[in-house]
Amino acid sequence: MIRVIAARELRGLFLSPLAWTLLAVNEALLAWVFIILVNDFQNTRGRLAALEHAPGVTDLVVAPLLRVAAWGVLLLTPVLTMRLFSEERRAGTIDLLLSAPVSASQIVLGKYLGVLAFLLSAVALMALMPLALMAGATLDGGRVLAGLLGLGLLAASCAAAGLYLSSLTAQPIVAATATFGLLLAFWIVDLGAAQGTASALFGYLSLPRHSDALLLGLVRSEDVAYYLLFSVAFLGLTIRRLDNLRLRG
Amino acid sequence: MTGETLVAVEGLSRRHGQTQAVDAVSFTLKRGQILGFLGLNGAGKSTTMRLLAGVLAPDAGRILINGTDLLDQPRQAKQAIGYLPEQPPLYRELTVDEQLRYSAGLHGLDRAASHRSVARAKIRCGLANVGRRLIGNLSKGYRQRVGIAQALLHDPPVLILDEPTVGLDPIQTREMRALVRELGQERGVILSTHLLPEVQATCSHVQIMRSGRLVFAGALAELRQQRQSACLRIGLNAPPPVADLARLPAVTQIENLGGGQFRLHHAAGAAPTQTLLDQARANGWELWELTPERASLEQIFVELTLGRETAE
Repeated sequence: MIRVIAARELRGLFLSPLAWTLLAVNEALLAWVFIILVNDFQNTRGRLAALEHAPGVTDLVVAPLLRVAAWGVLLLTPVLTMRLFSEERRAGTIDLLLSAPVSASQIVLGKYLGVLAFLLSAVALMALMPLALMAGATLDGGRVLAGLLGLGLLAASCAAAGLYLSSLTAQPIVAATATFGLLLAFWIVDLGAAQGTASALFGYLSLPRHSDALLLGLVRSEDVAYYLLFSVAFLGLTIRRLDNLRLRG
Repeated sequence: MTGETLVAVEGLSRRHGQTQAVDAVSFTLKRGQILGFLGLNGAGKSTTMRLLAGVLAPDAGRILINGTDLLDQPRQAKQAIGYLPEQPPLYRELTVDEQLRYSAGLHGLDRAASHRSVARAKIRCGLANVGRRLIGNLSKGYRQRVGIAQALLHDPPVLILDEPTVGLDPIQTREMRALVRELGQERGVILSTHLLPEVQATCSHVQIMRSGRLVFAGALAELRQQRQSACLRIGLNAPPPVADLARLPAVTQIENLGGGQFRLHHAAGAAPTQTLLDQARANGWELWELTPERASLEQIFVELTLGRETAE
């Protein structure tokens, strides 16, 4: 059942020009960043060679690229998730799901996995660029994988938040705006909180900060747990919201 | 297999903000019945249907679908329902085949079963030639048919159709009614409409709703009988004073229609026909018209949906 819903969601995305446009724009912008990073690396290679423990291509190209890609996820997700529930409510197609013998959690998980599959394919597409470097350079495979894991977890968290906000309104554009606002708030929550006890909390809440360690190749359960909790919390809220929709109409 | 109870509803209530959209509605539906929900717009028909389909949760009441409680075991109960909402829930970007296969999958049909039932539903609803067309490009009539096909896919014993003929042209309407009658032979069908002829053409039973309450429920034949011949329309060339007519047995009220025509209201089932004939002959009234008038279904409908409201 979950698979059926996820498959339709994914199919629906690929049937709309919107998803293709998002993929193309994201990929083009990241490619531009990638070229600049590779170019910078080429120019500084001579000087770096003189250093002991010089940063390698993973430090200077892959990690910064993944950092920029995280911003890509921030921009991509609201537009991808805005229609998940709001469009179904607007068009009335939600009735098909609600009258079908499926539970609210199956509906929510189906939709979530569908949009997550799309986001992860966008990440995979982006990952091809640094992987192409393997033809001429040695990459730190573990670090690249950890970095991609971080990006994937970040995408999973953003998608869950977007899914929830999409269930709150019947207007996709409102859902997109709210999602973007919420994600951005989680992005910049640690800004300006450099010192004091509050900064520890704000720093902990920050979404992208938890992928910093992963970008260094450090897979800490604390970071993974943060992303998983973030996603599960929003998925739980969405399931509740869907049940409420039946009650409130 | 006719006669087995498919839907049993007890004390169903649901509020929408301040208004009581559905107020303590109870009824049953048996296999082989086509139940027409009749009422003005906003009478609570759609809300009742949404409650029956499990799209909305009731504030109070119990719904048994094929013996299963819809609120306790929603998944099992919903498997027995085919629901067509007012607006067919179709994805514009899918083709007819894709939409039907998706819906079959949602109802737990495996690949082979889905293939079979999609093919069968398409033939049944006249969709054989449009399988590969995009739903967004189909006319309203075809979309409605896709909606019905979708409700039929998992072969549910109960069909809930919310205004199935709205927006159809006369030919399509006729086809749709024929289809509903056919489907109603081996299932239980509930359909809502605000069109009286629709009920007369398709339904075996009728329920009239007003302001969320059920004001009439019964077989269509019963509804006709309820108001059977409560008046006589007569025409006389040499009419006597109205007072003479009023003296006829069981006459309650007389309307003078002019031109020697009168409408005699009498107690139900006690038409003073014979006395009238005798007196007309004896007194030389020259009777030239005598017609028992039945209140049309239309009048009953209007009376039930509006009339009592003013009386209350």
